[in-house]
Amino acid sequence: MTELLLVLVGAALVNNVVLSQFLGICPFLGVSKKTQTAAGMGAAVIFVITISSACTYGIYQLILVPAGLEYMQTIVFIMVIAALVQLVEMLLKKKIPSLYQALGVYLPLITTNCAVLGVAINNITREYNFITSVVNGFGTASGFLIAIVIMAGIRERIEHNPVPKAFQGSPIVLITAGLMAIAFFGFSGII
Amino acid sequence: MNKYVERVYNGVIKENPTFVLMLGMCPTLAVTTSAMNGIGMGLTTAAVLIMSNMLISMLRRMIPDKVRMPAFIVVVASFVTIVQFLLQAYLPELNESLGIYIPLIVVNCIILGRAEAYASKNPVVLSILDGLGMGLGFTAGLTLIGAVRELLGSGSIFGLQVMPDSYEPLTIFILAPGAFFVLAMLTAIQNKLKLKSATNGEGAQEGERLACGGGCAQCVGRVCEANHDRLNAATADSNGKKEEQK
Repeated sequence: MTELLLVLVGAALVNNVVLSQFLGICPFLGVSKKTQTAAGMGAAVIFVITISSACTYGIYQLILVPAGLEYMQTIVFIMVIAALVQLVEMLLKKKIPSLYQALGVYLPLITTNCAVLGVAINNITREYNFITSVVNGFGTASGFLIAIVIMAGIRERIEHNPVPKAFQGSPIVLITAGLMAIAFFGFSGII
Repeated sequence: MNKYVERVYNGVIKENPTFVLMLGMCPTLAVTTSAMNGIGMGLTTAAVLIMSNMLISMLRRMIPDKVRMPAFIVVVASFVTIVQFLLQAYLPELNESLGIYIPLIVVNCIILGRAEAYASKNPVVLSILDGLGMGLGFTAGLTLIGAVRELLGSGSIFGLQVMPDSYEPLTIFILAPGAFFVLAMLTAIQNKLKLKSATNGEGAQEGERLACGGGCAQCVGRVCEANHDRLNAATADSNGKKEEQK
């Protein structure tokens, strides 16, 4: 139990997926203009990464390892994730329309977000078992949610402040991200 | 300039993926802790890009339009796997320091972007040269950012001590936040000098799209093309202004 908790906190805060591993930078910078959209994107990422961690782990251990095809990892994972997102999208549309309304727009955006593939590969290289993989996936994605929502909150405030002309647009966003990354160093004391 | 040279020039200078199109930001920020890492990552990506452009261009009449994205992804993923094994065998140190970012080349926007926007529509030799140009442009971008971070963060370039001993290294620049700061300064300088870049002009004011909105496979080069259009619009705009002044 302690081990799982350590993995969860480690993935969410200490080794934050965006701010220290640089995975999923594109949506982090691209969809962080409003807190609400950022939260929607974060929720969709949690959903997809948690499911894909479970699926890729299962496929790796049950199909690739017995068949001696471990080297096919990258190709198989990327196809599985792409197919999975399509499937989840269709399923949600049909079965839980309300959830689809909330997450639907963001689902296609994250099909092959590098964070999703990154978590799947990390689970294998770190030799996690099934439960730990899923917890790691959930933790990593929660870290993404935390980072993108904080970022969106800050950006909403930046809009009403006089930013030097050369720094308007992306430079100020990148500097904000840098300062957030420094702040997140503080969490390394937890573990 | 003949069309072959033009392709390479286009990739390295005119539409440099790092500085002008702002694509492939994840590896740009993640692995550029030293100039050597930058060059390693850049050349690895370039190799995958050249080979995938070549194969996709060869197969462009055979791949049905509807399944082209999955087909492209399989081609790219296969080359990434091959390159990964070659690195493991011959350059284990580089493989160790780039780590997970090697398999993640699969989802690099530049590769799928070029496959969709160029290689799937153009003949083989031009596609190879397009890959070469873009790959070298990406390598140049990563090496430059890596060199700046290494210089500030440990006072050396390519492992050679450059700064005097009295220089106190700013370690923050080889840690995660430094990556953001260096890229921020770079784009700020581009804005200041009004150099052509996807982050200038209309797009920058919206602040909506630095690089892309999310998934690389879904983007199918749209960001690449959108950035291209934005660039052309900005060029046309500035040309118009110059003529007005005359």
